[in-house]
Amino acid sequence: MRRRPHYLAGAGSLLWLFVVGLPLYVLLAATLRTRQDYAENGPVSIPDSFTLDNYTGAFASGFDQYFFNTLVVTACVIGIVLLLVPPLAYAIVRSRGRTTSAIFRLFLLGLAIPAQAVIVPMFYLISEAGLYDNLLGVILPTAAFCLPMSALILSGAMRDISPELYEAMAMDGATPRRMFFQLVLPLSRGGLSTIVVFSALQAWNGFLFPLVLTQSDSSKVVTLGLYNFQTEHGIDIPGLLGAVVLSMVPILLVYLFARRALVQGLMGVGGK
Amino acid sequence: MTTKTTSARLAAGPRKGPRRRPSASSATQVGRPGFAWALPAAVFFALFAIVPLIMVAVLSFMSWDGLSSPEFVGTDNWSRLMDDPVMFQSIWLTLLLTVLGVVIQTPLSILLGVWAAGHQRNRAVLSVIYFIPLLLSATAVSVLWRALLDPNFGIPAEATWLFGDGNLFGEQATAIGVLAFVSTWQFTPFHTLIYQGAARAIPHVLYQAAEIDGAGRYRQFFHITLPQLRNAMITSMILMIVGGLTTFETVLILTQGGPGTDTTISAYYMYDKAFKSFDYGTGSAIALALVVAATIISLIVVRVSGYDKMRSTMEGSS
Repeated sequence: MRRRPHYLAGAGSLLWLFVVGLPLYVLLAATLRTRQDYAENGPVSIPDSFTLDNYTGAFASGFDQYFFNTLVVTACVIGIVLLLVPPLAYAIVRSRGRTTSAIFRLFLLGLAIPAQAVIVPMFYLISEAGLYDNLLGVILPTAAFCLPMSALILSGAMRDISPELYEAMAMDGATPRRMFFQLVLPLSRGGLSTIVVFSALQAWNGFLFPLVLTQSDSSKVVTLGLYNFQTEHGIDIPGLLGAVVLSMVPILLVYLFARRALVQGLMGVGGK
Repeated sequence: MTTKTTSARLAAGPRKGPRRRPSASSATQVGRPGFAWALPAAVFFALFAIVPLIMVAVLSFMSWDGLSSPEFVGTDNWSRLMDDPVMFQSIWLTLLLTVLGVVIQTPLSILLGVWAAGHQRNRAVLSVIYFIPLLLSATAVSVLWRALLDPNFGIPAEATWLFGDGNLFGEQATAIGVLAFVSTWQFTPFHTLIYQGAARAIPHVLYQAAEIDGAGRYRQFFHITLPQLRNAMITSMILMIVGGLTTFETVLILTQGGPGTDTTISAYYMYDKAFKSFDYGTGSAIALALVVAATIISLIVVRVSGYDKMRSTMEGSS
């Protein structure tokens, strides 16, 4: 609104741009050059070769299967979250019962349960249930661990629906179910898209559950594929980075389409 | 303590009066959903998060190799951990990395967040670029930095004036430095977003008033911006602490806990014990210690942030 530019702050932000941008440049440049060029001229140099081999190579080592698996996991996790969280958030915001607030407290505590804390018993439970090395065994815990944050985000969004609207509907004798479908769901579309993006990110980037709960190539997900690629072909850095770039393409696409929802959701984490 | 609470309550008294239990009269219940709406999610969550949480406590008193059935061994796992120097080192390293994370990332993200909250066009563009590391999975970030810092083919091999012999993963101090740097690189953008959102919500009137009083830019920052960011700061720090306590992929991929056990943080030690040495009982004991730490912190979150008071997020943003 007012004032001259703050040169010190501008310089600082440019410095940070360098810290963030340089690795991203190296990442992208490395994937487009040959292995020999990268080894001889170093990562920061301007590429003097151009190739797409690093991408095709990633697919040749099984990434298409990993992508498909990750896609299945992500879609199912989103499905479960969308089925369970809206009614939960609705009850959190509108119900006055003590059971509901106890449940809400449970989810708040759940926010801080790290996946590592439960990974041993999860391994036990999933093995006992016969779901070891099965994508369903990854989907269920991943979805469960998306619930607390999604509940927090969506109940935040639903809380902003004005009470007068509920009162008006109550005057007309609407049931809670009708309010849910005709008032709450349509008015919390922003929050819904945020939790979709949030769960998609979680599921797509999940690592620990797949690491411990799957084994064979046919049920491997992208993050695990990256990890294996690194331990097996650690020297083929351009090839490895090609796989890294491929692993982020879908997320970047989601980001392009749902940037607003994502950023708002993440900002909402900070409270008011 | 008691007097403080009472006086606070008195001060708040005239506004709301003592908190009233929701009355059970039918008028307030009309059109309100019952707890059944929350039940499916609660059951699902209990099954896949709470039950394992209880089981981890039970398993920590058992011996289990993953093949035969678990066997009760009392406090064996615990007493062995008590004599285990690696365990104590892992706790110390976890705390060190967590504290380093908070100390480095907090000032950085406050400065960047406040800066990005301005409205010039270039800031919006830059914020988008800053945001990208956030989209990469911890796996991708770790793999990327492992490659970039490779002693033979990476940046250190080129900038020997800065990195010496270039093997950053060969010594404890530099390996920890790498871990701290990589998590800063990855998570500062996230915390920047939190602060950016909070800084945007600060009412402009405050700055206008300060300007009339002749307060300069730095006084405004320290006397208005920082105090107004208090809530965001609490949330962000707690997230940093929980994130720091549970760092895992970064260590697994970047250092494998090494050299030796020099970067073996607790979460990695737990994984190593359980899934590499097939000593699931001891792994559970370490996990339980992690849970206790995380739960204490989450209780603080709920208390301090007022999340549990179910307030509107619109409130106070005027």
